[in-house]
Amino acid sequence: MKSFDYTITDPVGIHARPAGILVKEIKTYPGVTVTVTKGDKSVNALKLMALMGMGIKQGDTVTVSVEGENEDDVATKIEEFFKTYF
Amino acid sequence: MITIQGKGVSTGVAAGPLYFYQRVKSEIARTTVTDTDAEWQRFKDAQAKAIDQLGELAEKARAEAGDEAALLFETHQMMAEDLDYEEAIEEGIKGGTNAEAVVSDVSVQFAEMFATMEDAYMQARAADVKDVSGRIIAILTGAVQGGIDSDVPVILAADDLAPSETVQLDKSKILGFITEGGSGSSHTAILARTMGIPAIIGVGTQLKSEYAGRDVIVDGATGTAVLEPDVETRARLMKKREEQLKTLEMLAQLKGKENVTKDGHSVRIYCNIGNPEDVHTVLTNDGGGIGLFRSEFLYLGCDDFPSEDYQFEAYKRVLTEMDGKEVVIRTLDIGADKQIGYFNLPQEENPAMGNRALRICLNRPEIFRTQLRALYRASAYGKLCIMFPMVTSVWEVREAKKLCEQVKKELTSEGIAYADDVQVGIMIETPAAAIMSDRLAKEVDFFSCGTNDLTQYTLACDRQNSDLGRFFDPHHPAVLRLLKLVADNAHKNGIWVGICGELGADLQLTETFLSIGIDELSVSPRSVLPLRKKVLETNVAQCRDKLLGDLASDQTQI
Repeated sequence: MKSFDYTITDPVGIHARPAGILVKEIKTYPGVTVTVTKGDKSVNALKLMALMGMGIKQGDTVTVSVEGENEDDVATKIEEFFKTYF
Repeated sequence: MITIQGKGVSTGVAAGPLYFYQRVKSEIARTTVTDTDAEWQRFKDAQAKAIDQLGELAEKARAEAGDEAALLFETHQMMAEDLDYEEAIEEGIKGGTNAEAVVSDVSVQFAEMFATMEDAYMQARAADVKDVSGRIIAILTGAVQGGIDSDVPVILAADDLAPSETVQLDKSKILGFITEGGSGSSHTAILARTMGIPAIIGVGTQLKSEYAGRDVIVDGATGTAVLEPDVETRARLMKKREEQLKTLEMLAQLKGKENVTKDGHSVRIYCNIGNPEDVHTVLTNDGGGIGLFRSEFLYLGCDDFPSEDYQFEAYKRVLTEMDGKEVVIRTLDIGADKQIGYFNLPQEENPAMGNRALRICLNRPEIFRTQLRALYRASAYGKLCIMFPMVTSVWEVREAKKLCEQVKKELTSEGIAYADDVQVGIMIETPAAAIMSDRLAKEVDFFSCGTNDLTQYTLACDRQNSDLGRFFDPHHPAVLRLLKLVADNAHKNGIWVGICGELGADLQLTETFLSIGIDELSVSPRSVLPLRKKVLETNVAQCRDKLLGDLASDQTQI
C-alpha cells in the first residue's frame, strides 16, 4: 500500500465534478483500490456519493491510500490528480 | 388534410410528427413484489436506460456548450451507478418492495444526507440525486421525463408551457410549437424565437389529441398548421422553407459587420438569454453582448433557493464565455406569471401588480443578498452590469443600491475580489419609472426598457390573455412617447438607454428607436442579424424629423 497526505486548496472542497472525474480516473487502473481518509472516516473513492458525503472542505487534510497493481505509479498519478483538481 | 389556424409568434416553416407534451405523474404506487429477482432486473434495466439517456444529454451538452457542461451529466451517470446507492436499492427490492417505491425512498435518504451537510454547495447536490432518481422512476413507471420521449424530432403540442417546463425541454427534439393558449409574449413564444423555430399559439380546441403522431407542417409566419397536407400544399410550404433557409444564409454574411446606419449612426445590438447554455447562440449570431440575462432559470431549475456558489458558477461561466463583452444580468424577476413553489408566495388576486421582482427582493433581503454576493464575486471574470426589474420609485433603487454597497463591503473585508466598474441600472417597465426617469437617471448607470411589461402596464392590458390581442398594442403612441421621454432623460443625465423587450426586434420600429436615440437594442439571438441588416439600410437623418414629428403630433396610429 502506498499513501500520501493532501491538504485541499479548492474553495469548494471535494465537489461533484472533480470527484466524478476522479472516479473515471480510478476506473482506468484496474485492480487498484483508492481509499480517502479524513479523521476516523474512510471511503472507497469509487463511491462518489459517499466521498462527497464526507464533506471535505478547503483546508482539510486527507490521507489517500492506493493499493493494488502498480500502486507506486498509480499513487503518483492520483497525487497529481489531487493537486490539479482539489 | 386539416388546417389549424392560430397566431404565428415565431417565423419559419417546419415539418414533422405532432407530439403532445407529457406531464410527469408525481404519484408513485407502493406494492409488494414476490419475484424480487425479476424486480431487481427491472431496476437494472431502468438504470441502464437512465445512464444511456444521460450519456446522450452529455454529448448534446458537449456539442452545444463544451466539456464543462457535459461533465454535469457524466456526474449524474456516476450517481446513477453509485455503489452505495445501488446497494441500498438492492436491499429495498430484496425486501419485497417494488422498484419505483424503493428508488424514491433511497433518493430521499441520499438527498437528505446532502441536504443536512453544512456546506451550501453540498446541500445543492440533493437536487442532483433527486434528478437522477426521478429519471429512473420515470423510466420504471413509463412516465416521460422532460416532456418528450421520441426518437425523432417533433412538432410539440401543448395547452401552454410553464417557464420551468420550457427550461427542461430537450431542445434538440423540437422542430416547432403549437399551443392552445398563450400569447406572443408567453414563454413558449419567447423560447421559440430564441431557438429560431416556428411557433403557433392560441389554436384553442382545434388541436385534438387524436392528431398525435400524424404529420404536420407549421408556418410560423402565417400562424397556420396543416395536418397531413396534400401534395400541393406540402410542395408550397417546403418551397417557402427553402427560401427562408436561403435568407438565413444571406444574413450569415452580415456577421462581423458594425451596426452603423447609412449616415454613420451606430447602435449596440445585444442579446436576451435565459440560460448559460444560450451564450453559444449569442456568439454564433454575432451578438455584441448580453443585454438581458434572466436569472430566473437558476431558481426555476431548483427545488430550493439556489446557493451563492451555485449562482456564482453560472454567472462566472457566462461572463467568462462572453470574454470581456458587456453582460447585463437582471436580478430575480419572479411573481406574476412566473411562480416558484419554495418561495411560498401567497395567492394573489392580481399577481401582475403584486409581490414580484424587486419588491420580493427588498422585502426578503436575505434572498437578494445571496444573489448580489454571487453577482459581485462573478464580476471579477468579465464586464458585468446589474439590472433591477420592476422599479416604480426612487427609494427602491436607493435601497437596492445600499444592499449592493453592503455586499461589496463584506467581500472586501473577506478579501474576495470583485470588479470596481460594475454598472448598476434599472428596467423601465412601469409608467411610474418612465415618468420619473429624470430623477431615476441620477441614481443609476443605465436604463433598459422592458417593453412587454411597459405595454401591459401602460395600456392596462394583460399580456398573457390571448383574447386581448388587438388591445395589446406595443406600437401604441402612449408606449412610444414614454420610450422617447425615457431616452431624453437618460441622455440629459449622461447615461445610456436600451430596449430589452420583444419590441427591440420589431423592424417596423427600428427607425423610430434610432431616431429617439436608443443606444442599445437587446433581442433574441436569432434577431441580431436581421436587425443589423435593417440598421445598415437605415438613414436616421432622413427619417428622424418626420418620425419624431409624428410621435409628437397625432399622426401615429391611435
